[in-house]
Amino acid sequence: MNFDDTPQEAKFRAEARAWIDANAPKELRAELELAGFGQPALRSGDVLAAGKAWQKRKKDGGWACLHWPKEYGGRGATPIERVIWQQEEGVYAKLSSPFLIGQGMCGPTMMAFASEVHKLRHLPPLASGEEVWCQLFSEPVAGSDLAGLRTRAEKDGDHWVVNGQKIWTSGAHYSDFGILLTRTDPNVPKHDGLTMFFIDMKSPGIEIRPIKQVNGASGFNEVYFTDLRIPDDKRLGAVGQGWKVSLTTLMNERLSIGAGMPTGFPELLDLCCTFDTGNGLAIDDPGVRSKLATWAVRTSGLRYTAYRSISALSKGEIPGPENSIGKLVAGSTLQEIAMFALDLQGQAGVLMDPALVEASGRFQAMLMRSPATRIEGGTDEILRNIIAERVLGLPADMRADRGMPYNQIPTRTK
Amino acid sequence: MEFDFSAEQKQLKEQVRRFLADRCDRTAVRRILDGPEPYDKALWKGLGDLGYLGATIPEAYGGLGAGYLEACVIAEELGRAVAPVPFSSSIALAAEFLMLAGSDAQKARWLPKLAAGEAVGTLALAEGTGRVTPASIGATAVRHGETVRITGTKTAVADGDVADFAIVGAVEAGGGRGLSLYLVELGGAGVVRTPVVTVDPTRSHAQLRFDDAVAEPLGPAHEGWGLVQRVYDRAAVLIAFEQLGGADRALEMGRDYALERFAFGRPIGSLQAIKHMLADMYVSATLARSNCYYGAWALSTGSAELPDAAATARVSATQAFQHCARNNIQVHGGMGFTWEFDCHLYYRRSNLLAVSIGALSTWEDRLIECLRARRAA
Repeated sequence: MNFDDTPQEAKFRAEARAWIDANAPKELRAELELAGFGQPALRSGDVLAAGKAWQKRKKDGGWACLHWPKEYGGRGATPIERVIWQQEEGVYAKLSSPFLIGQGMCGPTMMAFASEVHKLRHLPPLASGEEVWCQLFSEPVAGSDLAGLRTRAEKDGDHWVVNGQKIWTSGAHYSDFGILLTRTDPNVPKHDGLTMFFIDMKSPGIEIRPIKQVNGASGFNEVYFTDLRIPDDKRLGAVGQGWKVSLTTLMNERLSIGAGMPTGFPELLDLCCTFDTGNGLAIDDPGVRSKLATWAVRTSGLRYTAYRSISALSKGEIPGPENSIGKLVAGSTLQEIAMFALDLQGQAGVLMDPALVEASGRFQAMLMRSPATRIEGGTDEILRNIIAERVLGLPADMRADRGMPYNQIPTRTK
Repeated sequence: MEFDFSAEQKQLKEQVRRFLADRCDRTAVRRILDGPEPYDKALWKGLGDLGYLGATIPEAYGGLGAGYLEACVIAEELGRAVAPVPFSSSIALAAEFLMLAGSDAQKARWLPKLAAGEAVGTLALAEGTGRVTPASIGATAVRHGETVRITGTKTAVADGDVADFAIVGAVEAGGGRGLSLYLVELGGAGVVRTPVVTVDPTRSHAQLRFDDAVAEPLGPAHEGWGLVQRVYDRAAVLIAFEQLGGADRALEMGRDYALERFAFGRPIGSLQAIKHMLADMYVSATLARSNCYYGAWALSTGSAELPDAAATARVSATQAFQHCARNNIQVHGGMGFTWEFDCHLYYRRSNLLAVSIGALSTWEDRLIECLRARRAA
């Protein structure tokens, strides 16, 4: 039980710190610190351009995708070194949010299933941020029931022809490539008829429509495919093995352990230590203290749970299932904290106008973004099912479509 | 970074678990629940014989001098087994007071017996109801030449009916210069012990009435309150591990029952309402485990972060044990409300430990003060 760096880790930390000190875009620091959750908006300029610049600089300095092999643009670093880097990079990591899905999920899937030629072509520019990737999985009828997706890929010589629609595709509008899960055989049970590809997002036959979200932003998109042609050599895994390939992608979520997901607690503690309710500082109110304590131990619990997984990784063990609680806890905590901050602010809690609100209405922005955290990448309910089934060993849900060929599964219209 | 127990510590945990499976099964716990014995003396002695009580006590005083990480895994297993023994009072509290502030003579007299499971010690601080503060202590100490005599009444003293000695908080008569601590042998004249009924009969409690009882000072005069806080930080981590063990076991009991109980033609564990309840219990227990490891680290390294870490572990483990214990009953349905099923053993213990060494709200306050101080630093 030891939190201290080993001498090698301390040396690595000093090296990382010195490099960040010499290279980070310090002019953006203040704005990034105040930025809300999800992808930050920068008043001072184009966030994607700033992100790409930072990512490229990291790649050139040997600090991008630290755990990837060097030949694919990484550093071949250990899991602990990766965590040390994240701790040191701190607030500048917000600039890399456009690359999270590509580097966290698409990259590892490519590494596991793409040919060497494709890996050498695609992974280095993914690491450097010069090419952005998205993940084309969810559909209007296939969210939690992802394996029920409809987008059809049909073989045509040495190509596949794709028709259908994806939704909730983060960053599709600025992505260069994407991994795409399709149905290639509707005559077999739903999990057995899927195939994975990677595609050039600039190909003919792709139309991208941004979705206006509850918070007014448009990070997600609808993506339509009309006779999109994909060469067979861009298939990832065997025909019909797409579900297995997608699980590799999703498994990497568990392994992409960071400093823990944000819960909004440090921001709320700041508010409570400085905000006068008219009855003294908020933090001196017993009711406030009790709530703060609960959110504090959830936040620290997530942090130390991540540390436990990192320890396992550093010993070459597969992390246990404990990390599956991260988003489940962080999502609802974020929402509860946002609502509580508005409550403290009283009637002024309604204000989101940046001209009027101190700290740029960060809790209001948190409030309007937090519903998505509880849904994206696995709803709270799906995550509870996963914990119940895979961790606690409880029986799988009873499914009305078990073993049924996909094209005979009941829908609203049949 | 190495944020886990060592292979040897995990092996120790397995040994303790096997020992308790053999010597502290449900029959043993129920003998204390339903019978006249206040605690399981044979088990207490057995734990002492194997060195499990003396993990933190130096070898010079009959312990193993192993360390706090070992004590944490032992505490977790005792909590898991809802062991009816005076561990938290004797080891987490009394031994810590002696090690932090006892004279050589006091240590030599009591620590070997605590380590061997041949004596029971406790803390007698709280009086009346409500939060314990320096102002809430009315017991008085009067010096008569070489000796000190204490007068006052302490409520709900854990193991007060069976303890050989207690660390007693009192103020000097006519004083007002701050709380002092004393060691009082409870078998002597001027001590009346009255067993009291509590929510958890597997851990006996008593009211202690002192009437000119002979006492020895423990630690510097008038610095008792600070000393109590320091010991509480240490005890909180050990007790948090007991709570963690209990939370884990309550979760397992709920899971096992959900697999075996059928309703509507299926195991109830296939119903989402039950699955999600158990998943939430797992979340609480996992957060508590990670926070307890933080506490164990701070305690074992003597970190300046111990007050933060102890409060974090204590709040999280209290919440987790109460959550898992009450929902374990819910998963069991009506059977969970019977005396025959073991669910109530965990429900009782979770609520007993939640208020021992200060209730949840007290520890929430301690945590917030630590966070505020750290933010200001």
